[in-house]
Amino acid sequence: MREWWKSGSPWIWLNGGAVTISMVMVFGLIALILVRGFGAFWPHPVLETTYEVPGTDAVAVVGELRRSETLTGAAMRDAGVPIPEDQLVVTRHLVKLGNRDVTGRDFAYFIDDFMDEWRYPENMTVLERLEWGDFYGVPLRLLEHGTTVAAGDALWDEFQERIRRVNNLWDEIRGIERGDIGRINFQLERVRLDERRAELRDTMTDQMRAEFEQRRQELQEQYRELEQRLNQLYDQLGRDSIVMRVADGSEVTLRVADVVKAWQPNNMSVPEKVWFYVQDFFDFIFGYPREANTEGGIFPAIFGTVVMVMVMSIIVTPFGILAAIYLREYAKQGPLLKTVRISVYNLAGVPSIVFGVFGLGFFVYFMGGAIDRTFYPEALPSPTFGTPGLFWASLTLALLTLPVVIVSTEEGLARIPSTIREGSLALGATKGETLWKVVVPLSTPAMMTGLILAIARAAGEVAPLMLVGVVKLAPTLPVDGNFPFIHLERKIMHLGFHIYDVGFQSPHAEAAEQLVYATALILVLLILVLNLTAITIRNHLREKYRAESD
Amino acid sequence: MSQRNPASTSLSAGLFEGTSRQVRSLADEEIAITVENLDLYYGEDQALKSISLKIPAKRVTAFIGPSGCGKSTLLRCFNRMNDLVDSCRIEGAINLHGENIYRRGTDVAELRRRVGMVFQKPNPFPKSIYENVAYGLRLQGVKNRRVLDEVVERSIKAVGLWDEVKDRLQSNAFGLSGGQQQRLVIARSIAIEPEVILLDEPTSALDPISTAKIEELIEELKEQYTILIVTHNMQQAARVSDYTAYMYLGEVIEHADTMHLFTNPGQKATEDYITGRYG
Repeated sequence: MREWWKSGSPWIWLNGGAVTISMVMVFGLIALILVRGFGAFWPHPVLETTYEVPGTDAVAVVGELRRSETLTGAAMRDAGVPIPEDQLVVTRHLVKLGNRDVTGRDFAYFIDDFMDEWRYPENMTVLERLEWGDFYGVPLRLLEHGTTVAAGDALWDEFQERIRRVNNLWDEIRGIERGDIGRINFQLERVRLDERRAELRDTMTDQMRAEFEQRRQELQEQYRELEQRLNQLYDQLGRDSIVMRVADGSEVTLRVADVVKAWQPNNMSVPEKVWFYVQDFFDFIFGYPREANTEGGIFPAIFGTVVMVMVMSIIVTPFGILAAIYLREYAKQGPLLKTVRISVYNLAGVPSIVFGVFGLGFFVYFMGGAIDRTFYPEALPSPTFGTPGLFWASLTLALLTLPVVIVSTEEGLARIPSTIREGSLALGATKGETLWKVVVPLSTPAMMTGLILAIARAAGEVAPLMLVGVVKLAPTLPVDGNFPFIHLERKIMHLGFHIYDVGFQSPHAEAAEQLVYATALILVLLILVLNLTAITIRNHLREKYRAESD
Repeated sequence: MSQRNPASTSLSAGLFEGTSRQVRSLADEEIAITVENLDLYYGEDQALKSISLKIPAKRVTAFIGPSGCGKSTLLRCFNRMNDLVDSCRIEGAINLHGENIYRRGTDVAELRRRVGMVFQKPNPFPKSIYENVAYGLRLQGVKNRRVLDEVVERSIKAVGLWDEVKDRLQSNAFGLSGGQQQRLVIARSIAIEPEVILLDEPTSALDPISTAKIEELIEELKEQYTILIVTHNMQQAARVSDYTAYMYLGEVIEHADTMHLFTNPGQKATEDYITGRYG
């Protein structure tokens, strides 16, 4: 035993064990997110059965099995479920019933013992809808202006055809609403601001007034045309409807316009399911959210996260590098510098929400307010920069990640051999020339390392963003076709906040659970992509400035 | 004066065999640099003690002496490299062609253009071979491609590296061997046509073949440049230098023609050192 202690083996086991535990935790986390996240889009079979609790009437159940759990019989008996005294364990199933608008509840638990045999009818259809979540039922008839146009065997193909039609209509409507009308509103607002600015500066002339009025008229004319087109499209949307039979046998009529897609999971082959899965995943990434974010895609959140991280990188990189160069190369080493350095390092340990509070108080209200008073007086009292937005969120994150960039850059600068500096100085270079021509290029890999760490931290940060610019639902993207194309003052959506919002602020927690995992997966993938990009650049730089010794 | 001294030791005995060179005298030389009463302090410690020297132009002057004797420190005085050390303080004067380089208002960058330096370890920049040599010219604002090409070619040829690198001028200088790097670094310093070249143990990190090449190069360079070399290797000092200064504990003990110093040292301390009896 003593031999064993002295041999150092315990140390190896201890260290190896620590590594193992870390690896298990990391891979466990990633595996969980992967399984749950990727599982969200798979078309699950729909079961049909009857459920009869002793002493009550039997009810028909149609839905997707979400999860099963086993509980003690005693606990269930305490809860008032009539289970025989001698039964020790009870299995219950959580079933997604959908049809929120018909039944009022879309998830319910069912005790296994009281359920009849599960059947998977081939014609059981799932409808993804724009509102009210999924719908389960059997399609009976397709109506056009109230008249039956298809039923029986011809129904399914005709139904798919008409869903495609409404989807195309919706695309056109959204194109007009988001694109054209968005642009007109933007220009109208600009006319209003130009006019107000002229008034404030007292440079308004009658001619200008007339010009403003004319522009406004033109825009409003365009707007009216678009509105007319929109009304036509909306009218066309209402043409078709579908009659579905739901679990209890009654018939429900739905507008085809409300259906996003329809599928019959019990009737799909594996390749069909895979294809469906791919499409669903694609829709999730490139779609816009619906239903308080619990349905639809997360494109604005992905976009917002990426744009915010990029703006942050653009701010933090030069700041951090310049600060590090000053601290390492120019500042006189002494107690003052030591204090500054310790302060910078400690900045990294400040809870991020504190940065959020600071950002809100200093950046948004103080700086933003000052910017508004100076540059956007015409928009007041409604704030332009004096309200949370993309720029302030990026700036706050830049502040948050500044220490990381400074520390990495300083370490990089310190690693440059003094012989190289001396070589440059000996050729008659000044300190500045040496720095910019030799030392800084050599330490770019270290700077990239700092940026990689900063990106990883910033992309995953949520708490401060809630205060300085991230919202549950942003009406517009921060980048669009209207000048100046990047709108730093706009509020953005963010994946991290989206997870929090969908998971914990949503009225349909059960329905949102899978989306939470899927969004988390996308966030992890996004950070991975951003990091890999940065790492590739760094390795390229390393190769370029490969030092002779290493 | 005699070519061989009977008192000469086994070490110095073979050094000058077969050479037909004459012992020179400093008095006959054109003087490039004079050092007057130079004192150098690192904080409280005095590293150089009232050094006075005359360095002849277009000759090789070697500084030898045990570790810590101050020879590298003295060398770094000539291009004011010691300025980089915060605690360093210098008194006295070094006159380069009659002008004190420690005079207030001296342009240090300009001085370093006139006094080039090559270090112990090859220190090429992480740039291409071409850009390494062009670096000094670019600093001076030379942008003309033709001028740069010409100077780069001339400098690399001068160090005998042209045939080895002419096909890969745009590749990274780190790809060269240690000896090639050191010659490249020398090419880099002569590209800006200095008057003086300081060599701080230029071959101590190199293999014997590379060392031989560098020594040949020094032989050629002294046609045009005043060369000061610090070396630990006494054979090297004997081989390449015209004059040698023996330093000990911050003082110049003896400064004379190399052959004279090695074969007929004027001081007991010098003789002990060059015969290996020192320490």
